[in-house]
Amino acid sequence: MDVFDIFLLEAVLNGILLGGLLALLSLGLNLIFGVIDVVWICYAELIMIGMYAVYMLHVQLGWPLLAAMAAGVGIVAVLGALLHQFIIRPVLAAEPINQLLVTGGVLFFLQAAATLAFGIEFRNLGVRMAPVAIGEMSFSAPRIIAFAVAVAGVAATYLFLTRTYVGTAIRAISQDRQIMPLMGADPDRLFVITSAIGGALAGLAACLLVLQYDIHPAIGLSFGPITFLICVLGGLGNLVGGLVAAFIFAQFISVGGFFFHIEWGYVLAFVFFIAVMFWRPQGILGGK
Amino acid sequence: MARALPWAGLVLLALVPLSGIGNYPLHLVISCLLWAYVYTSWSIMGRLGLVSFGHGAFLGIGAYAAVMLWNHWGVSPWLGAVAAIAVSALVALAIGFPCFRFKIVGHYFALVTLALSEVTRLVIVALRDQTGGSLGATPNTALAQGNTWSLGALQFSEKVVWFYIILVVWLGGLWVWARIDRSMTRLALEAISQEEDAAASVGINVTKTKLFVTVVSAVMTSLGGVLYAQYQLYINPETVSGIGISLQMVFGVIAGGMYVMLGPTVGAVFTLLLAEGLRLALGEHFKQFPALDLAIYGLLLVLFIIYLPKGILGAALDAWKNRDVPQFSEK
Repeated sequence: MDVFDIFLLEAVLNGILLGGLLALLSLGLNLIFGVIDVVWICYAELIMIGMYAVYMLHVQLGWPLLAAMAAGVGIVAVLGALLHQFIIRPVLAAEPINQLLVTGGVLFFLQAAATLAFGIEFRNLGVRMAPVAIGEMSFSAPRIIAFAVAVAGVAATYLFLTRTYVGTAIRAISQDRQIMPLMGADPDRLFVITSAIGGALAGLAACLLVLQYDIHPAIGLSFGPITFLICVLGGLGNLVGGLVAAFIFAQFISVGGFFFHIEWGYVLAFVFFIAVMFWRPQGILGGK
Repeated sequence: MARALPWAGLVLLALVPLSGIGNYPLHLVISCLLWAYVYTSWSIMGRLGLVSFGHGAFLGIGAYAAVMLWNHWGVSPWLGAVAAIAVSALVALAIGFPCFRFKIVGHYFALVTLALSEVTRLVIVALRDQTGGSLGATPNTALAQGNTWSLGALQFSEKVVWFYIILVVWLGGLWVWARIDRSMTRLALEAISQEEDAAASVGINVTKTKLFVTVVSAVMTSLGGVLYAQYQLYINPETVSGIGISLQMVFGVIAGGMYVMLGPTVGAVFTLLLAEGLRLALGEHFKQFPALDLAIYGLLLVLFIIYLPKGILGAALDAWKNRDVPQFSEK
């Protein structure tokens, strides 16, 4: 019974580590929804592009890993701004569902572009790190790094939004799109900045994922859905709700995967999501 | 004259297999019709403001219910289809009732249904001992000893037979679409999709009306899944369920035109012709560009939604309607 408990504890702790990563994954998407009121269905594909960028710069061009990661964050940030400028802006006034659908077209395009450029082979950085052992439990080092960086990323975003002038303007425009332009805030500019920040967060998530997972063109589909569901579960646009939801989901996946098979962990998480939607359609922390 | 045109078109279509086209072109026509039927099924609810990202769930239930019952217990796919219809109707009710009761609409409805299609895919993968997991499954063949058909097992090696089966099913799908289009249900749902509370205030039972079209659409889609499995004789969780195929249905309909009867059909034809056209145009080089058709498709979808939100057929019909209207100036 003793052994059983320590492995359960390991699953719970691994769930917390995963939760940090999922929190970062969903943060950018949530921020964009909260401010611009648009869901980027292709968000996970931006992360995939970031992973490929890091892979190409580090493995094929021989850049140092940290430089490649910094460039990766920059590339995805630019992509985010371009996505807003050329694809979201023309449909901002259209029906909400069209905005959802237009980024779906981008999803297909990015997935296909990655297949064209890199083929369907699985690729990885080839970075190996020794697992960290605590007592009888062991944790993978990339997961611990991912957790630490994700928490730092979430904190930095929070500070940016609350302590800087631009951050304050972004929060203001998310509350009232009509009035803020009268106060001298330029929504076009703020939306592009927000999209770039969302992209940068996706790029940061890409740097952390690329340490743990192989890259392939369809990888976005494997963690895209969970990212959306975390945002919806927390209340779309509610950043704190998203964080709470990320940790809840991570526990379902980790502990559910411990008792059953890993897919059942995901099934439980999704079923839990659907059940919560019926109980609180506005999300666990969303207001009425 | 204009009334005779669709019938003439239909007769021509029905004569296609007799024209002696090869097996591969016939396969393309059958695929077009099958996907046209599935897209039409989706559009029955999609056009009325219920944009589902979860129809992969119903397609998957149909495909796997029929094949699993046949492979494990030897139950005929005819009964399998009945089971698939029953299960998908129940799932549609189970997901639809709370959604509509609690007014989950728009983004939220799309994302809840997306969760449903992922649940279906993951359950199929997780039950790998029964379903074959990600490797997929093949219905046990009933065509031993030179038989070319087995009605009980719904297996036919002649493509012509499949052509007529799927032609009839596609026509059935269009008929249902037209029936709903001419019914009070459509008027009620159009009112609902514009202003739900106002619709309720004039005595429309919002939940019941939405549930009705959802169940119809789900059941038709799952029947499409049964036929897909029996025709292709191979299914796997990625191609019949999950987010990929669910989005493909949505976008096929958007490309063709969501608000006209043949819009989803045009979308299906367009999608297949795009892939085949590129294959022909690139010839030998096609293999070097594994996802070029998907890349162009994605790009076109973005352009369609921005510039042609009514889809190909919708825009074409609008242009046709406005062709001879005299232009009066404002003054």
